[in-house]
Amino acid sequence: MQMARVIGDVVATRKDDGLSGIKLLVLQPIAADGTNVGRTLVAVDSVGAGVGETVFFVRGKEASFPFHPTEVPTDAGIVGIVDHWHVG
Amino acid sequence: MQIARVVGTVVATQKHRTFEGAKLLLVQPVALDDTPRGPTLLAVDSVGAGVSERVLIVQEGRAAGEALGRKGAPVDTAIIGIVDSVDVHE
Repeated sequence: MQMARVIGDVVATRKDDGLSGIKLLVLQPIAADGTNVGRTLVAVDSVGAGVGETVFFVRGKEASFPFHPTEVPTDAGIVGIVDHWHVG
Repeated sequence: MQIARVVGTVVATQKHRTFEGAKLLLVQPVALDDTPRGPTLLAVDSVGAGVSERVLIVQEGRAAGEALGRKGAPVDTAIIGIVDSVDVHE
């Protein structure tokens, strides 16, 4: 899992049926000091996250587990909203 | 998932049987400013995307197989949506 900031959202009208009603958000992964690290990506949201929030997300097929038994075709999913974090 | 631009089509007569009838497109992942990012990929299309459209791709085997509607298909990339708009607040 990795921390990221939600920096935007994606609108897609024509999409796989498994994505119906699911929010798609643009994430910028961040390092422990809060700086941007790595490429932006699009993730499905299962926790009600919004733009500007810091979240943690999971990659891989596990990203679809929160929507079980619906088979959601995704490789990245937000699974938590970070209230605060502390390093060291 | 990544945002990508459809840049071409692929025709392959000899292929694994699970690809029968599947549409294969060449997609170029792009950054939020639409600049190319990383290698061009081959993706199965389940939403009726066309060349030059901006799409959402998934790079994970099980999800790609579900998009194709065939479990156990030897695929790792699929187009799962056509992007209408991306709103970035940064």
